[in-house]
Parts: sequence; C-alpha cells; structure tokens
Amino acid sequence: MLEIRNLHADIDGKPILKGVTLSVKPGEVAAIMGPNGSGKSTLSYVIAGKEEYEVTKGEVLLEGESLLEMEPDERAAKGLFLAFQYPLEIPGVATMTFLKAALNAQRKKRGEDEIAPADFIRSVNRAADKLGISREMLRRALNVGFSGGEKKRMEILQMALLEPRMCVLDETDSGLDIDALRIVAEGVNSLRAQNRAFLVITHYQRLLSHIVPDTVHVMADGRIVKSGGPELATELEARGYADFAAQPAA
Amino acid sequence: MTALTPIRTKAETALLAQFEELRAELPKAGAGNASRKAAMAAFAATGLPHRRIEAYHYTDLRSLLREPAPLAPSAAGKAGRSVEAGRFLGDLGAHEIILVNGQLMDGQDLASQLPKRVSIAKVTDTAPAILDANDPVVALNTALSRETVTVKIGKGVKLDRPLHISFVQDAGAPQAVYAHLKVVVGEGASVTLLETHEGPNGIATQSNTGVEIVAGDNASIEHVRVNAEGDKAFVLSSLGLSLGRETSALSLNLTLGAAISRHQIFARMLGEEAKLRLNGVAMLDGDRHADVTLVVDHAVPGGESRELFKTAVDQRANGVFQGKIIVRPHAQKTDGKMMSAALLLSEDASMNNKPELEIFADDVQCGHGATCGALDENLLFYLMARGIARRDAQALLIRSFLGEAIEELSNEALREALGELIDGWLMRRA
Repeated sequence: MLEIRNLHADIDGKPILKGVTLSVKPGEVAAIMGPNGSGKSTLSYVIAGKEEYEVTKGEVLLEGESLLEMEPDERAAKGLFLAFQYPLEIPGVATMTFLKAALNAQRKKRGEDEIAPADFIRSVNRAADKLGISREMLRRALNVGFSGGEKKRMEILQMALLEPRMCVLDETDSGLDIDALRIVAEGVNSLRAQNRAFLVITHYQRLLSHIVPDTVHVMADGRIVKSGGPELATELEARGYADFAAQPAA
Repeated sequence: MTALTPIRTKAETALLAQFEELRAELPKAGAGNASRKAAMAAFAATGLPHRRIEAYHYTDLRSLLREPAPLAPSAAGKAGRSVEAGRFLGDLGAHEIILVNGQLMDGQDLASQLPKRVSIAKVTDTAPAILDANDPVVALNTALSRETVTVKIGKGVKLDRPLHISFVQDAGAPQAVYAHLKVVVGEGASVTLLETHEGPNGIATQSNTGVEIVAGDNASIEHVRVNAEGDKAFVLSSLGLSLGRETSALSLNLTLGAAISRHQIFARMLGEEAKLRLNGVAMLDGDRHADVTLVVDHAVPGGESRELFKTAVDQRANGVFQGKIIVRPHAQKTDGKMMSAALLLSEDASMNNKPELEIFADDVQCGHGATCGALDENLLFYLMARGIARRDAQALLIRSFLGEAIEELSNEALREALGELIDGWLMRRA
C-alpha cells in the first residue's frame, strides 16, 4: 500500500529525515514509535506534502504511484489521509461546509459525481454518532472552541467520511484523556479493513494497547532503527528510548 | 493690502470654471445659491487636498485628480426612463428610488410606490445637514450637485422591506456626477437602507456623492452601501451619520468596483446610549486603490461604537484604512473598539492601516487593532490535505475572512446577496 524508500528531507536546510525505508501492506496497521525530535511528525508531513519540507532523496509510493510530485489535495484524492497532531481551527468555515467541500473535491478529482445532500448528511451523522460528536458541534465553525479531545474525534470523523485507503495518524493520542483515547481508538478500529492500511505515529505505548498494531518500527535520528511485532512496543515502554537515542546518525 | 493669489492646479481651475457654468444654468435666485457659493469659496481656499493633509495622506487628490471630467448634463425635463439599476444584487423586494447622474428621474411614480409616511422630495439647496462643509470633497459636492434628494421616514415607521436608493452613472463618455442625498429617519423608526452605485466599465467616469443619514431617538437603522462602479471609475463619497438617543445603527460599506475610490464616514453620536457599528468589506485587485477614512465622534456619554473593516488585496492593488475615534470631555462611559484587518494575496499588494484614538474623557473603554498578513499556510495545508485544491482552499479562507463583516446584517436576503458578491469576486479570481 505505502512504500517509503530511502527518504531524506530537510527543513530550512537542516536534514531531519536521513533515509527512511518502510513498507505498509494493505490491511496492515504499522506503528512508528520514537523519541521526541526523531522525525516522526516530519515523516507524516512529508508523506502528506507539506510545502516547507524539502525532499532531497528517496521515494514515497502509494499503491505504486509516486506521491512526491503531487500537491497535498491530489494525494488526498488518491486515498491518503493525515490525522493531524494539532488539528487547526478555521473560524468562519462551517464544519459541514468544510466536510462537504472536502468530500466533493475528492470525488471530483476521481471523476465521481457530487454526493447527494441527503446521503451526505446521513453519512456525517452516522460517523458523528459513533464518535460521540454532537449535532451542535457539527454546526460550529471547524474546530473552533473544540477541546483537544473533540478536535481529535473530528479528525477521525473526517477519516471515516473520506474513506481513505492509507491513513497516517500523527500522535493522535496526545492530549487525550483515557475516555477520549478509547473513543478515538474504537473509531480507528472500526475502520480497519482489508483494503485499508494505517501508519500510527506515537510516542507512547498506551495508544497501541487500544489500536493493536501488526508491526512496530522504531525511529531515531531520522531513520527506522528497529522493526518488530507488537511486543516491541511493550519492550520500549519498559526500557525507554535511551538505547536508540545514543545510536550514531551515520 | 495685497491679496494672496493662490497657485491653482489645472484641475482646480477647471473645477472653478465648472462651478461658473453650472451657476449660469441654475436659476439665478434659487434657494441654495448662497450655500453653493460658500462651499465653492471654501474649496477655492483649500484647493484639492494633497498628501500633506493628514486625512488625505494616502489618497492625494491633487495628484490623482488631474483632469476633472465635464459635468454630466442636466436630466431635468427628460422623461423618466427605465434603468436596470441595482439588479446585480438580485430581487430583494425593496422599494426602489433611482438617481441617474445624481438626479431623481421625473416621471417615477414614487409617491404611489413608497410606503405610507415615507416621503421623497428634491430641492435645489444642496447645503449639507451634518457633513463637514469645510472638507474639500464635501465642499465640491455642495457646490456642484444639481439638487438634494431628501427622503423622510416618519416617526415610528417600521419598514419591513428595504429602501433601495440606486445611484446610476449613465455615461457614454467620461463625465462627472455630483449627487447629494439626505435621509431623515424619524424617532423610533426602523429601516434598512441600501445604497448602490453603478456605472459602465471602460469609461473614466467620476463621481462625488454625499449621503447624510440623520437618525432620531430610538431609531433602528441598517445601512448598506455597495460600490459597484465601473472599472475605470474615480469615486469620491462622503457619508454623514448622526445618531440620536438610544439609536442603534449598522452601516456597512462594500467596495467592489472603481479604479480609485475614497469613502469617508463622519459619524456623530449625538444622543446618549446610542450604538453604532461600522463595518467594511473591500475586494481589491488589478491596480485599484480604495481608501476608507472614518471619524467616529462621541459627543455625549454612554455611546458604544464598533468598527470592523476587512480588506482583501490582490495583484498590485492598494488598500487604505484610516479610522479615528474621538471621545469628547463629557462623553464618559464611552465604549469604542475599532479593528481593521487586511489579507494580502500577492507580493505586490499593499495596505495602509492607521487607527487612532483621541480621548478627552477619563472613564472610557477604547481600543483599536490593525492586522495585515498573508493567508496562513498551515490552514491552507490543512484544507488541502483533505482534498481541497489550493485555489478553493484560498477562496474558503478569504470568504470566511471577509464574511465576518457581513454576518451581523439582520436582513437575510441582503446578507446573502452581499455574500454572493464576495463569492463572485472569488470565482473571478480563481
């Protein structure tokens, strides 16, 4: 599904990613763990196409198609979704207007018809109910006045509505209390499917006890330094990242 | 004693000559000759304001107005003609009053169209009621307007349909139009006033419009001005507002057209506990220049004023906002807040923001803010990451930015019509 090969990326001339190689298969939930500053969030932004990062080397392929030349919106239309660590507040843009614009923009790029208004409202309400998002929240401007947990739930709602094939979750657990964490994790788990893959980026193991990954990768200093199964997450929780942080960057 | 002979620019000389021509045309002994003469004398003393006159610093009329266009010929005696005026806003179900080239058309059967206790008249005395006669743009308006159109809304009259006053430039060649409108809103009356300005594209028309709204105690007013003049138009306009006791007024200016425009607002809080909101939306592109300069004068205690001006500047356009809140010594408990925000959409776009407070009372709450910036790249990325193309993401953000200034309009049809003007501009931009 997602193939990252020897990816190098800079910000303001400073190298952050130093040769990331990683592959995620359809149906797989892969986790990336790592200490602060290891490049986890940068990886998610580079995959999604944020402009300020410059890719100096390597490839990112989504189902064999290179993403790096595409604008962020084109990547989204191809089925990529990034759940933001810090979802942005957009005053003056109504949540429903935004959701509809996003959904129809993607459908249009794929040559599909716009969604019928009744179907749209039904899908939004269904997803919102599952995530405990009230109708009142849907009437507000996007993320404005939402708590941290509400914003994360709204990200998952968008994910459910847009039905991406490749979901990248950037520190979705940060700022969540245990109840919110459970709701968000359930939302993600209900979207797990044979033709959909997840890349779950997190600092802590606790998210991974709710969203149980198939593979765990450890990132340090801009590279994947160790890969394993779910047991690796537990191991890291017990021992910390000290072993990896000490490794040379070469 | 040696008389000082001021050195006049070619334009000033031409304006003085136009005044003489107009005087020859107007009845010799008509009412208003004295005020016209006084106004022209005031103008002759100051001349066209230039950059060293603070209020005109960013819109130097001496250098911008090199050649006054000939005055539009009088329409007096011409039969009323149908003009597709104000249609760009769609059907708002409004009572319509149309001024062509500054003059109320004969033959418009207004009396039967207007609601009860709303009257309309034209008089030849063009003296301002509340606008500052010493302002050179106002002085020219007084001297060169052919008539004053006065609309009176009776005491306690509540109009459920808007009153639409449509100013139309009917021009086949460059011409100058001077227009003067007075609206007197009676005590306790409630009205939505729509003022639109239209003209042809591609013709260097000039206009100078003075609008005065005098509101009685406890009146409630929504006033919307839309500048949709042609793309070569040079538009000067002055709005005078005076508010009585416990009157509430919202006045919104939307700038869409004209190559050069300068809109000045003089608002006077004359009755205690009056509430005023001045909002603005400007959409500027090409090489356009648009200046909004306003003064809110709190003369009595307990007034509340709010200003919110939103400007989107694209390409090589230039926006100006100058706002001044004056609080007089006795105007205690005044609450004034002013905000001007600009979005610069290109490298060459520019904006000049100048908010000012002049406070002479000690128990007041006043504040102002001004911002100027580009669209937030992080917000754009967020929208694009959801599949929305860059141009559409920009449009969504610009729409929400500008939309804030029209949100408070209570007339829904009008609010939607203005929203469509914004959307239309954004679509042409894309």
